[in-house]
Amino acid sequence: MTEITEIPSPFCGIGTDDLSIQIDGTQLTVTSNGCAVNTPAFEQAIGDSLPSINGQTATLEQAVAKAAEILRNTQQPVFGGCASDVNGMRALLALADKTGAVVDNQNFNITRRNLLAMQDSGWMNCTLAEIKNRCDLLLIVGTDVEGFAPRFFERYLWTEHAMFLDKPGDREVIYLGKAPSGSASTRPDGKVQSICSLVKDINLQGNRCSGFPLGGKEGDQTANQVCGWTTGYPARVNYARGFPEYDPFLYDTQTLLNNGEADALLWLQSFNQNSRPPHTQVPSIVLGRAGMQFDQAPAVYIPIGTPGIDHAGHAYRLDNVVAIRLKKLRDAGLPSSADVLSAIEHAL
Amino acid sequence: MLIKLTGGRVYDPASGIDGQQLDIYVENGRIVAPPSDGRPVDQEYDLRGKVVMSGAIDMHTHIGGGKGNIARTLLPEDHRMDPVARTSVTRSGNGHAMPSSFIAGYRYAEMGYTACFEPAVLPINARQAHMEMGDTPIVDKGGYVMLGSDDFLLRMLTAQKDQKAINDYVAWTLNAAKGIGIKVVNAGGINAFKFNQRKLDLDEKNSHYDVTPRQILQTLAKAVQEIGVKHPLHVHGCNLGVPGNVDTTLDTIQGVEGLPMHLTHIQFHSYGTEGDFKFSSGAAQIAEAINKNPNISADVGQILFGQTVTASGDNMRQHANHRFANPNKWVCMDIECDAGCGVVPFKYKDQNFVNALQWAIGLEIFLLVEDPWRIFLTTDHPNGAPFTSYPHLIRLLMDKSFRNDMLATIHPEAQKMTTLASIDREYTLNEIAIMTRAGAARIIGLQDRGALAEGNWADITVYTENADRQTMFSKPDYVFKDGELVVRDGEVVKVTWGTTHIVKPDYDLSIERDLQHYFDRYLTMKLGNFKISDDEITEDGRGSLSVHPLRGVA
Repeated sequence: MTEITEIPSPFCGIGTDDLSIQIDGTQLTVTSNGCAVNTPAFEQAIGDSLPSINGQTATLEQAVAKAAEILRNTQQPVFGGCASDVNGMRALLALADKTGAVVDNQNFNITRRNLLAMQDSGWMNCTLAEIKNRCDLLLIVGTDVEGFAPRFFERYLWTEHAMFLDKPGDREVIYLGKAPSGSASTRPDGKVQSICSLVKDINLQGNRCSGFPLGGKEGDQTANQVCGWTTGYPARVNYARGFPEYDPFLYDTQTLLNNGEADALLWLQSFNQNSRPPHTQVPSIVLGRAGMQFDQAPAVYIPIGTPGIDHAGHAYRLDNVVAIRLKKLRDAGLPSSADVLSAIEHAL
Repeated sequence: MLIKLTGGRVYDPASGIDGQQLDIYVENGRIVAPPSDGRPVDQEYDLRGKVVMSGAIDMHTHIGGGKGNIARTLLPEDHRMDPVARTSVTRSGNGHAMPSSFIAGYRYAEMGYTACFEPAVLPINARQAHMEMGDTPIVDKGGYVMLGSDDFLLRMLTAQKDQKAINDYVAWTLNAAKGIGIKVVNAGGINAFKFNQRKLDLDEKNSHYDVTPRQILQTLAKAVQEIGVKHPLHVHGCNLGVPGNVDTTLDTIQGVEGLPMHLTHIQFHSYGTEGDFKFSSGAAQIAEAINKNPNISADVGQILFGQTVTASGDNMRQHANHRFANPNKWVCMDIECDAGCGVVPFKYKDQNFVNALQWAIGLEIFLLVEDPWRIFLTTDHPNGAPFTSYPHLIRLLMDKSFRNDMLATIHPEAQKMTTLASIDREYTLNEIAIMTRAGAARIIGLQDRGALAEGNWADITVYTENADRQTMFSKPDYVFKDGELVVRDGEVVKVTWGTTHIVKPDYDLSIERDLQHYFDRYLTMKLGNFKISDDEITEDGRGSLSVHPLRGVA
């Protein structure tokens, strides 16, 4: 049994990197600095970790070959979820480039509110250390920060020290709007652009003020960042014409499936056993965190390791600037999403 | 495999070769002596009538890091105009002002470039810079790590820590962020903007810290020299874009007191206040100062007309310039008690007086600085123009009649305010080879690149001689990267992965005690998690690190 300290979490999005975790074989126990989001995410048992084809146990090689066979015969595959680390997204985009797929992050409809405002008028934002050290007035608009990231206040607001505030405890916090507890939604529809404009106006009137979009767990920012430098666009693109095209509405996974426009689904979710692919009649290839359960067995299921637990990697914090280095904590024999996706690409 | 490049006219200024007809041999990625045992070559390229240079090096180009991704995300309409389909050897992507990383690598290689250096690596964002550069194929890369607005340094200066402690911090940061040089952007200004200062002159104090930009520049220039880093302190000066900033720039040159200093995108810092529009060229004064001060080098940051996007760490100046955003959208960020960034799209217009004169000022500087070893060909990609405009810029420098034809088309008032028409100088091929190869390698501190000497890595570009220099430099016949043919007739034929150039200056480990305390109290990441490990660059099987020697070390 060993204990590792200063462990970064890819789950909460706020870049907590002070967890201590006790490792007993493949079982992890968070011994300090856990929270309602991170502790269960680290501690959940691995569960069933055997690949399957149509519900029947298969070898990894067989599952990879079957996935490649499905993708070879598609006209418009869609790659949903996109919940992985940097290398996982790199491999997913390489496979999408080759197969002409849509790449669509699972939370893009939420992120879209921010992106559309940004792509229309821009914004003035900051990062977590700026909040921690400079923020003397925090206006929280329409979100339940505590539900979203339980340690946000402890780590970044009610801190013992702040470089430019004598008493961090004297900061003022104003809540605007009703907080939908437990929801990952960041802002009420239609408000983002007004908030961005308000922030800019305050800066033009002789004060300093920054926005801070809350959103981006389980690889959302990672997906948008890697897709950003690989394609020029955030993570809702279509490679069908041989190059990436961006449309924040058309290439929605659920819409494509509902309209019968997609003929195969690849679902990538390496963080969350409970984030299952949408129901669909088209053949599904699921690369899911080991232990994922299905009502309807996918054509191919390949259990994968979790970045920051089963292999090293990189994940972006919600402030989009800082990438954290994820550690490997155990060896449970689970492949990384990048390894599996690259194997599928080579088997095409 | 032994390769022979036969009979090309070679321009290799580092070896003193200026257009002589020579054979070059390549084996195992490097340039080798002619085989003495008479063994046959495995492959021969007949380069008679061709021009041979080492691969070009862009010593200042924004190809990696968060501001680039903000620029990409901000401008989907710019990408839509320039989609790039995949081929049997290359990935797809999108281009124009801020191309996707794969396309940037291919396009650089297709112009004969084999190395690119990202000049604004925020320590806290260095992972991203390296990951983006890690997805930039073919070319080598490296970064200059940004200091000067980080609170840790300003606290040290306020506390009057000695130079030795500063040196340790600078060396530690270079190691942690994996850079090859140190960059300062608007020294202290990004920090001052966080305290609501909207401008910061060279001798103006930060309202919170008792520190001026002049002190920051002197201290960091000294640190860079004392820890032995060959690349001089890389300085984006105060007052970027402000009419009258020529005086600031001249003061900055004097202020560094003879220490090595590189002034980047100096075109944006060479403006006077004369004339009806209170905007004039300071190029002659700047060039004179560079000519007289051998410790100073500069790259130009030429602007060229058209749509681009400006991405800078200088959020103080970017915020001030946001009213020129075209299209009208822009992003500014305050970042992690480390620095900031500002992204503002620009459309430079030849019929706009200011833009037209900026164009002329850049060219004046190129042509009035006498020593091509100390002036470098850049557009500060993408800030003055996308890097894909380099062949056009080379033609402007090498072809006076073409230059004057262009000059005759710009805003008439700008034509009256420039001496460009009276400058006869035309750059020679040897001078182009200096500013884009030999000089660049020397100023960055690359030990085995930028020259065609035996033992060097075989980064080689072959052009067909053409009086139209834009055509000539747009489409090399061959580009070899580390001895492998990667481009033929201006198109990528093989994708390889370049190395990451770094330096590893020594430091006293005791600096980590102060840093540990600071990180635990104020930052949002553990010190141990902040430092980038070697395997983060190399674990994908494509990346590698090349450590370059320090000054005074063999």
